[in-house]
Amino acid sequence: MSRSVVAIAGNPNCGKTTLFNSLTGVHAKVGNYPGITVERREAALHLPDGRDAVLLDIPGTYSLSARTAEEQIAISAIAGLNRFQDPDAVIVVVDGTQLARNLYLALQVLELRLKVVVALNMCDVLEREGVAVDTDKLSEELGVAVVRVSAIRGDGIADLKEAVSNVLAADGVSHGVVQRLNGTVGSAVDAVMPEIPEGWSRGDGERRAALATWALLSLDEEDELWEVPEALRETVLRQRRLVEEAGEDLDLQVVSARYQWIDGVCARVMGELPGALRRFTDAFDRVLISPIVGFPVFLLVMGMVFEALFTWSAPLIDIVSNVMSVFGESLGAVLPEGLLRDFVTDGLVAGVGAVIVFLPQILMLFLFISLMEDSGYMARAAFLMDRIMKAIGLTGRAFVPMLSGFACAIPAIMATRTMERRRDRMLTMMVVPIMTCSARLPVYTLIIAALYPAPDQAGGKVFGFFSLQALLMVAMYLFSTVLALVAAAVLGRTLFRGESSPLLLELPPYRWPSPFSVIRQMWERSRLFVTEAGTVILTCTIVLWVLLTFPRDLALSRDYAQEAVTIEVTGVAEGVPEDAIIDQLSVLGGLEDAERLRASWGGRLGRTLEPVIAPLGFDWKIGVGLIGAFAAREVFISTMGVVYGMGDGVDEETVPLREHLQAEVWPDGRRVYTPLVGLSLMVFFALAAQCMSTLAVVKRETRSYRWPVFLFSYMTGLAWIASFCVYQGGRLLGYC
Amino acid sequence: MSHLLLSDLSPGASGVLNRVGGSRAYRRRLLELGFVPGTHLKLIRRLDVGNVLEVELRESRVSLRISEATVLELVTEETS
Repeated sequence: MSRSVVAIAGNPNCGKTTLFNSLTGVHAKVGNYPGITVERREAALHLPDGRDAVLLDIPGTYSLSARTAEEQIAISAIAGLNRFQDPDAVIVVVDGTQLARNLYLALQVLELRLKVVVALNMCDVLEREGVAVDTDKLSEELGVAVVRVSAIRGDGIADLKEAVSNVLAADGVSHGVVQRLNGTVGSAVDAVMPEIPEGWSRGDGERRAALATWALLSLDEEDELWEVPEALRETVLRQRRLVEEAGEDLDLQVVSARYQWIDGVCARVMGELPGALRRFTDAFDRVLISPIVGFPVFLLVMGMVFEALFTWSAPLIDIVSNVMSVFGESLGAVLPEGLLRDFVTDGLVAGVGAVIVFLPQILMLFLFISLMEDSGYMARAAFLMDRIMKAIGLTGRAFVPMLSGFACAIPAIMATRTMERRRDRMLTMMVVPIMTCSARLPVYTLIIAALYPAPDQAGGKVFGFFSLQALLMVAMYLFSTVLALVAAAVLGRTLFRGESSPLLLELPPYRWPSPFSVIRQMWERSRLFVTEAGTVILTCTIVLWVLLTFPRDLALSRDYAQEAVTIEVTGVAEGVPEDAIIDQLSVLGGLEDAERLRASWGGRLGRTLEPVIAPLGFDWKIGVGLIGAFAAREVFISTMGVVYGMGDGVDEETVPLREHLQAEVWPDGRRVYTPLVGLSLMVFFALAAQCMSTLAVVKRETRSYRWPVFLFSYMTGLAWIASFCVYQGGRLLGYC
Repeated sequence: MSHLLLSDLSPGASGVLNRVGGSRAYRRRLLELGFVPGTHLKLIRRLDVGNVLEVELRESRVSLRISEATVLELVTEETS
C-alpha cells in the first residue's frame, strides 16, 4: 500500500503550524514547491489504524483564489492540479474564535470533492470563555467530520488522527454547501466549465463547477498564474466581460453568497463571543502599537536584534573559527607536507569553516525572527513600519532583513522569507547586500588606518574636534544605507515594478512562542543553509584555492630551497641565535609565497584585470586581493599579506601591512595607495557583490542562477562606476 | 443615517458596510476577508502617523492603510 498524502490547510495564524508539529513530531522534510520560492514542508504521520501517511503543509491562506504563482500553490496542492500530487485527504484547520472568516476557506475546499476533516482549533479558548460550539451541528452543515482540537495544548490530536483514518478508509467525498448562483453569474460558470481540463475536474461535474468558479475569481488581464490553458483564460475573460456588461458583479455575488451561508451557520452553531476575548492582546496593543510608546519599543527590540547579531554572536563565531583552525592544524600535523596537505588545510577545512562561520548569526537571527513571528510581534512591526518602508517601495516586513544586513547579508537574505509577495522578497534580497556588513569593517579599518591621519596627527581632526578616521567610518555606513534605499527605490520602479500592493494585514492575538517551534525554525534554517548554500560556498572556496595555488611547477626567480639551506647552515656556523634564523626563514618563505601567488592563475587574472581596474586607481596586486575577497571580503587582507610577501597571518591591525601599503609605488614612482585610492577602494568594497556566500544564498532562496548573476552584475557594475567617479573626479579636483 | 468612509471613522465608532470599491485584486481580497456589504465594521484603532488603521469584522481583525480604506463606504448607525 502506498503512503497516503494528507494535506493540511488553514488561514494564516490559525494554529496550523503548531498542529502540524503536534501531529508529526520532530522530523520534517523541508524543500520547495517545484520552480518557486514557496517552502514545502512534509512529515510522516502515523495513523491509529497502522496506516503511514505523509502530512503536507499547505501555505497559510485566507482563500484558494489566486493571482500570483505563490498564491496558486494552495489550490494546486489541494486539488492536485498539473504537476501536483492529489492529496488523499485534507485537514482544514479552522480557528474557532474567528469561525466565519476561517470557514470561507473550508467552503472552497469542500467544493473540490475531497475527503475532508475540519479541525476546530482554539477550543480551549472557547471553553475558557464559556462559548458553546455545537460541533455536531457544524459537522452536519458542512457534511464532513469536525474535530475539536487545541493545537497549543495538544488536545484532540488523537481524535483528529482517528478522523483522518476514518475518512481515508471510507469512500465518500465532500460536497459544496453553497447553492449554485443563477442569473448571469451562473451562466458564466456554466460557460467556463467545458474549458476546465479533464485532468483538473477528474470527470466530476461538481468539481468542474468549483474550478470554473475559481478560475472566474482568479484569472484576469494581469494575473501571474501558471499552466492555465489559453482557452480557459480566454473564456474566463470573455465571460467576465459579459457579466460586467450585464451590470452584475461577479466577485461580489460569489463571495457574498458564501458569507451569507457562513453567517447563517455561525449563528446556529455558535454562541456569542464575549467582547473581552482579546483583552490581553488589546491591552498590549494599546502600548505596543501606540504612536508614543510603540515606535521607541520597536527601536529597542530592533536594537536588541542588532546587538545579538553583532555582539552576542561574536564569541560563538570566535569559537567556530578557533575550532576550525585547531582542526586544520591537527590535520596538517598528521598529513605529509605537500599539495595534499595544502589542499586539506587551505582548501577543504577553510571551505567548511567558511560555511559554518555563518551559523552563529543565522541561529541568532532566526531565534529572534521565530520569537517575533510566533508571539505576533512581527505583524505589529509591519504595522508600525509600513509607511516608512512603503515610501522606499518596500513593505513593513522588509525592515528586519534590511537591519540584519548591517551584520551579515546571509541571514538577512534568509530572513526575507517572512514576506509573502515575491516582488517584495526579490527586491529586498537585491538591496540587502549593499548594507555595510561586518565583513567590510576590517577592510575599512585597514584602509582608513593606513592612509588617513590619526586624530593625533596633522589633519587628523575635522573642525578641530571630530576624528577624521571615525568620520570616514560613519560616512561609509551612511553611504551604503543611502545607496541601498536608492537602489530599492530604483529597482522597485523598474525591474520589480508591479502595482504597489495595498496593505491587508492581520494582527493576530499575542501568544507565548513555543520553544519547540522556535528551536525547530532555527534548526531547519541552519540545516538548509549548510546543505544547500554550503555546498556552493565550499566549491567556490576550493576553486579559489586552486586559482591562487596553481600552477605549482614554476620557474622561480630564486632557488628558495637552496637559500633556506644556506641560511640555516651559515647561521648555525656563525652562531646566529635560533630566533633570528627562524625570522629570516619566514621572510624568505613570505617572498616565495608572494612570487608563487603572482605567477598563479589568480595572480595572472589580477594582471589581466589591471586595465579594467586601473581607471579606479587600483594596480594588479589590488586586483589579486579583490579576487581573494570573493571568498569573503575580509580575506582581502590576508591575500594582500601574501601579495606583499608577509604571509597570510596578517590582520587589519598589523602595522607592517599598513606601512607596506603606504610604501607601495607604481613603476613610475608614484604612490599606489593615496587617500583618494583608499576612498575609491572603500567605495568599491561598499558596493561590489564580491561575497560568494551571499550569491550562494540568493541562488538557494530564488532557486535560480539568474538572480545571483543579476545581483553580481548590477552591484559590481555600480561599484565600478562609483569608484571611477570617486577616483577620476578626485583627480580632476586636484587630489592625486 | 449618513454615508461615510471607513477612513473617516474614529476609534470605537462603527458602521455597516455599504459599498466596496478599489482595484479588482484589492477588492476581491477585501471581499474574501469578509468585507461584503451588510457587514458590521468597528474601528479598533487608527495610527495616523503610520497611515494605518485596524478594523474589526465578524470577530476578526484586519489592518488597512488609512489612505486605502477610502474604498470602503459605510452607513453609520448614529446613536447621538
